[in-house]
Amino acid sequence: MSEKTLFAFKSTSAQDEKLKEVIAKYKDVPGALLPVLQEAQGIFGYLPIEVQQSVADGLGISLSEVYGVATFYSQFSLTPKGEHRISVCLGTACYVKGADKILAELEKKLGITSGECTPDGMFSIDSCRCVGACGLAPVMMIDDEVYGKLTPDQVGKIIDSYIEKGGKSV
Amino acid sequence: MTLEELNRIKQEHEKIVQVREIVASEGEKLAKETGYRKQVLVCGGTGCTSSGSKKVLDALHKSLKDNGLEDEILVVRTGCFGLCSLGPIMIVYPEGAFYSQATPEGVQRIVKEHLKEGNIVKDLLYKETVHTDGSIISLSETDFYKKQLRIALRNCGVIDPEDINEYIAVDGYQALAKALTTMTPDDVINEITASGLRGRGGGGFPTGRKWSFAKASVNDVKYVCCNADEGDPGAFMDRSILEGDPQCIIEAMAIAGYAIGAHHGFVYIRAEYPIAVQRLQIAIDQARSMGFLGKNIFGSGFDFDIEIRLGAGAFVCGEETALMTSIEGHRGEPRPRPPFPAVKGLFGKPTVLNNVETYANIAQIILKGSEWFTSMGTPTSPGTKVFALGGKITNVGLVEIPMGTTLREIIEEIGGGIPNGKKFKAAQTGGPSGGCIPAKHIDTPIDYDSLIKLGSMMGSGGMIILDEDTCMVDIAKFYLEFTVDESCGKCTPCRVGTRRLLQILDKITKGKGTMEDLDKIEELAKHMQLSSLCALGQTAPNPILSTMNYFRDEYIAHIQDKTCPAAVCKALKKYEIISDKCKGCTLCARNCPANAITGKVKTPHVINQDKCIKCGVCMNNCRFRAIEVH
Repeated sequence: MSEKTLFAFKSTSAQDEKLKEVIAKYKDVPGALLPVLQEAQGIFGYLPIEVQQSVADGLGISLSEVYGVATFYSQFSLTPKGEHRISVCLGTACYVKGADKILAELEKKLGITSGECTPDGMFSIDSCRCVGACGLAPVMMIDDEVYGKLTPDQVGKIIDSYIEKGGKSV
Repeated sequence: MTLEELNRIKQEHEKIVQVREIVASEGEKLAKETGYRKQVLVCGGTGCTSSGSKKVLDALHKSLKDNGLEDEILVVRTGCFGLCSLGPIMIVYPEGAFYSQATPEGVQRIVKEHLKEGNIVKDLLYKETVHTDGSIISLSETDFYKKQLRIALRNCGVIDPEDINEYIAVDGYQALAKALTTMTPDDVINEITASGLRGRGGGGFPTGRKWSFAKASVNDVKYVCCNADEGDPGAFMDRSILEGDPQCIIEAMAIAGYAIGAHHGFVYIRAEYPIAVQRLQIAIDQARSMGFLGKNIFGSGFDFDIEIRLGAGAFVCGEETALMTSIEGHRGEPRPRPPFPAVKGLFGKPTVLNNVETYANIAQIILKGSEWFTSMGTPTSPGTKVFALGGKITNVGLVEIPMGTTLREIIEEIGGGIPNGKKFKAAQTGGPSGGCIPAKHIDTPIDYDSLIKLGSMMGSGGMIILDEDTCMVDIAKFYLEFTVDESCGKCTPCRVGTRRLLQILDKITKGKGTMEDLDKIEELAKHMQLSSLCALGQTAPNPILSTMNYFRDEYIAHIQDKTCPAAVCKALKKYEIISDKCKGCTLCARNCPANAITGKVKTPHVINQDKCIKCGVCMNNCRFRAIEVH
């Protein structure tokens, strides 16, 4: 398997219980795999191989089928994400307004590239295609907060505000 | 639910909504009858929510309470008004006062001065709505709205999308009632066919024909699907309709179900649109509880229900067969056609799949008739089209125009022109499947056929305006990067072809391309168009072909002169110090991360081109504008 998880996966029994409930809810629904994986990612934050195996067993399908779907869609992640998930919109409207410079500044500031997570687990960066806030281009999202009409020099301050809140250093 | 009950609910609620449509003087009288002196509409679409409309709404509620006004003023959270770059947007009726870029502080003034004391806060209004003599002009008279004709967006920004009664007040579910109680399924299909409505998702296939094929397929189980997997980056029409008027999609899907004989519908919607998903679910629940979905709708014996399925971030799932494979719970890969979905679609059953905006036109066509619809637009493209106007344009937002409106009207009048005095270079339509329309074709009327003739396509409605600072080779590369990412990998022409095209473009933008590369692009593109399995691969070369067609000189500049005329492609950029302007302050040399700048204090400096990493730090730091890039 090419996608290695950085940390050993450990789940709580509450999480396992929740996953069981989700599988039971969708078991007889046609086309259940996608919604089950979506909810599973909601429970665990990502889809490590152990979770994929539980889904496969629960729905009575092969692990390869689950893995195939989990790796096909960009919404699913096989590696853990940071405590704060940053996504930079690289949709067309943002791109022509310099979103690539925002992403470069973020990568410089955090010392990681798009798709990675900082070693302390605090931030991860991803690029995404259009959050639909084109009126505010260029845009990035940190968790559910949207930052619009960005310029590269604002990026550092925004990240610092999260570091201050979190009390950890990058 | 019966027609009488529907009309009773309509009567009960229609005055409240009419206040938002009638001129101020009459509106005031009407407002009194509704029990609310004034109404405040706040946009709760994604654009305005991102710019803080939630905080504005909270501040509004609090301020109304503090001033003891909460019983006389009705607050409504609506969908998108269209002018996203001016968000958060707030509008007060019956005056129709349009406040843009509202802030919690501004709201306090509006509540006190306007809502309480009756004086419109003019300095907070959208400046286009204030006449030079200080009088206020209505929103529909502003440049942005004047040329628009809102059919699909008719209720967006007008009604509360989370209150089905407001939808009923604006003729909601009258079309379904009419279809179920007075028309046969064939009547419905004939009306839609006669209207000439074409698929708004991009392909432009006649909707009525699609429905008639699905009706002709004999099967106990059929499905109606709605494609809300709006993947074209920069397009957000469908999202805005679902956020602003979700009931109209439900009504249209039920009509489609009746027409083809289906009892079950699926809406496949992007998970990236949480607000739209939430409002659609609320709308479905409300429609169900009032009997517009479920068994025996309007006592006609027709049963219909709808389920939401979330996409998971795959552009290819906007292709109809891939979308159905995804609903079935698999990797969203397309299937060969035929068999077409109308014969063998979702779960192997006959299926009709239409785009959100297509559905948004259906109820109006059933109610007002096909002749009304064909009276708008052009003979081969009747009706209107919604565009998400973005990029280098003053009024970024959502516009709905009659087909046949020229690009010039969209850019110069509705869009307010190009900001910062820059020159218009091209408009990109159709996203990664489309192409660009250069400045010389600015007077082209926008409809399906003229866009195809220009080598672009309607697409779902993203329209990105590019100015002189945009490099056309870079834009083509941007779209190819997108299709390489999003190619599902099932067929070779697309999987390998997109990658090869990108490699060639990458070479060109680094100054390493050759003139033969241009021929190679054309040959490869031809094969991809002919042999890819689905539209993604077939149309992937379009952004390159169309930019090569209209801006070949830019490609040649990259290849032969090793320059990027728009100074975008990093490898070809050259920073130079203009010695006349350089004061020798040494700021650039001290800040250069590559130590590429040399020179003595108070004498002009020089950039060593071999060492320069083209980061632009020198230019950003220079106080004398002595550094230029070309």
